[in-house]
Amino acid sequence: MSASMTGAQIVLQALADQGVEHIFGYPGGAVLPIYDELFQHDRLKHVLVRHEQGAVHAAEGYARSTGKVGVVLVTSGPGATNAVTGLTDALMDSIPVVCITGQVPTHLIGNDAFQECDTVGITRPCTKHNYLVKDVDQLARVLHEAFYVARSGRPGPVVVDIPKDIQFAKGTYTGLSNSQHKSYRPPKEGDSAAVEAAVELMANAKRPVFYTGGGVINAGPAASERLRELVRLTGYPITSTLMGLGAYPASDKQWLGMLGMHGTYEANNAMHDCDVMICIGARFDDRITGRIDAFSPGSKKIHVDVDPSSINKNVRVDIPIVGDCDHVLNQMLAAWKKKNPKIDKPALKTWWKQIDTWRARNCLHYKKRDDVIMPQYAIERLYALTRGKDVYITTEVGQHQMWAAQHFHFDEPNRWMTSGGLGTMGYGIPAAVGVQMAHPDSLVIDIAGEASVLMTMQEMSTAVQYDLPIKIFILNNEYMGMVRQWQELLHGGRYSHSYSEALPDFVKLAEAYQGVGIRAEKPSELDDKILEMIETPRPVIFDCRVDKHANCFPMIPSGEAHNNMLLGDDVTEQDLENAITEQGKVMV
Amino acid sequence: MAQPGSAYSLETHKEKSETHTMSVLVDNEPGVLARVIGLFSGRGYNIESLTVSETEHEAHLSRITIVTTGTPMVIEQIKHQLDRLVPIHSVTDLTVTGNPIERELAMVKVAGAGEKRVEALRLAEAFRAQVIDASTEHFVFEITGRQSKIEQFIVLMQPLGLVEVCRTGLAAIARGPERM
Repeated sequence: MSASMTGAQIVLQALADQGVEHIFGYPGGAVLPIYDELFQHDRLKHVLVRHEQGAVHAAEGYARSTGKVGVVLVTSGPGATNAVTGLTDALMDSIPVVCITGQVPTHLIGNDAFQECDTVGITRPCTKHNYLVKDVDQLARVLHEAFYVARSGRPGPVVVDIPKDIQFAKGTYTGLSNSQHKSYRPPKEGDSAAVEAAVELMANAKRPVFYTGGGVINAGPAASERLRELVRLTGYPITSTLMGLGAYPASDKQWLGMLGMHGTYEANNAMHDCDVMICIGARFDDRITGRIDAFSPGSKKIHVDVDPSSINKNVRVDIPIVGDCDHVLNQMLAAWKKKNPKIDKPALKTWWKQIDTWRARNCLHYKKRDDVIMPQYAIERLYALTRGKDVYITTEVGQHQMWAAQHFHFDEPNRWMTSGGLGTMGYGIPAAVGVQMAHPDSLVIDIAGEASVLMTMQEMSTAVQYDLPIKIFILNNEYMGMVRQWQELLHGGRYSHSYSEALPDFVKLAEAYQGVGIRAEKPSELDDKILEMIETPRPVIFDCRVDKHANCFPMIPSGEAHNNMLLGDDVTEQDLENAITEQGKVMV
Repeated sequence: MAQPGSAYSLETHKEKSETHTMSVLVDNEPGVLARVIGLFSGRGYNIESLTVSETEHEAHLSRITIVTTGTPMVIEQIKHQLDRLVPIHSVTDLTVTGNPIERELAMVKVAGAGEKRVEALRLAEAFRAQVIDASTEHFVFEITGRQSKIEQFIVLMQPLGLVEVCRTGLAAIARGPERM
């Protein structure tokens, strides 16, 4: 299909042809022609956010909960620079987003014009790819290509910067048929010899462990299905990164819980002591490995990743397999079934026995109290009271995020939206807006901290405007909890600027936004209040007053190995003081 | 205090640094060089030399020759990170594929009179450098060759009135009949 249209019409036509239903955006001078077109469109639903960072996080939540590409529309200059945090977040967590930015007219570029910034220059290192469109006849191709690049291979954010004169200019629209990039072809199938070798290694393992990540989620729900089949066929234990939660059901007996800095004792010890590690769609991030020269010293490692640059970056692996998780898992399944290997059952039994002794350590245990709500207890109750409901969880960043990962359990992929790589405080509310937009009838909860949530609180207004009944469940301890915890561990308890001496009354704040505010202060009232929140068909801010001094355990102190964890219930003052070595202190 | 700044560098410090020449085929589009350079500065890699020009006009392809140093793990990362950039078609490590032909061009301006001037011209002949500009007071020599040859020529010109030098950076191509 080709037809003559204005640049703005081309944008809308391209979005429609890409099957886009929702756009998250904020208007401004340099995108007015596109907004004018949008005014006459009824198929595309535009969600007006309150800050451009929120637009990108909303698109991320939308993308991660649906598997589709999230779409953002913002203006030039401050519109684009405000989007940078969201774009970087999407890049770090491999979330497919197309962000259209307006730009000053072509003849003013480089002129320090009003609301001009070098958008492609600024966003080059924080996008997977970006474009400045200077020819209206290229606009349709570039837009289709942008969607292709965003969702192919390792997904990521793509910026298309469109000067205002290009939006007005008339050009030719070209349809979807030629939307592939001329040379960018990410790998799909893994090398079959490597897959064979991997299966051989797996079959002979005595102490195997699956270590999976966000790549499995990104590869689509089918990849999770295949992972489940493979893990069950082998009978091996499985752990996952923060980003990979839900790919394997947390209720299954082979599940060890999350690994890493705040992962479970059993998962981290299994990683340390295993003889074969099967890493699928995870990237040996520093939150996972801890001290790199003490990371799983005795194991042979298999690494499946669609991005070759993730392989051998931090940790040397023995069998690298470059390919899409879904395809490679399929290949591994087929190879395993064909081989029908005799696994070393006695060894596996001993291994599980060992794992059970670690499990018996009950590392997520905490002391319950009658007088104050423990944050872990709040999450536990939230989890228990939302069973049987269609739930999506987003989070902010900090202690509450880790408690949510530990105590809220996921049995399905795409249900858990969190900022892993970049660790962006303020991610949760806008992400919840995006998720709720995609799933209007579901229960969408942002498990939040009172500090993070204030970074993007304005998006509450968006939720109210679009009748999005998101629930903002704040674990309010009046501290930047994770900062306070690190100050306790690293800096002798000198809590430099980590206490918020003035906080809003969150109930009144909710009311000011025309939402509903609920407060819980005692464990005895928690259940009723949570049920009240769930039953409220409007946006809710839930101010859950929790213990101010609770720390998040277990924890691998920075610079330490997996088998040197701090466990919550037996940490002494002395342990805390000595937990982090001089060498560990310089790390983040 | 000699402490590693992050967990990543603990292991790599033990390995020896190597110099590699890479040939990178890219779409000749705006910003492509910025992407490559930004990748190197953003991830802390070294650029010893970088040369770029469009080599296939019909296909709008440019070839970038990069000389870089790093441990084997870093060199491998550089290749993969480059390959990940969308407009990059291929990355070839010429040092790995085997003893590439490497050449550089330099223009060397030498000013002087008398015996020094004669000596400069004599050396230029010995090095097969061309005179591309001259007056009674100066010569500009054009010299092509391996980097070591150019280095040596420049050192020799130093006492003979070397004024300034301009170098293109390294261009390299693999030996044999095959295309990269």
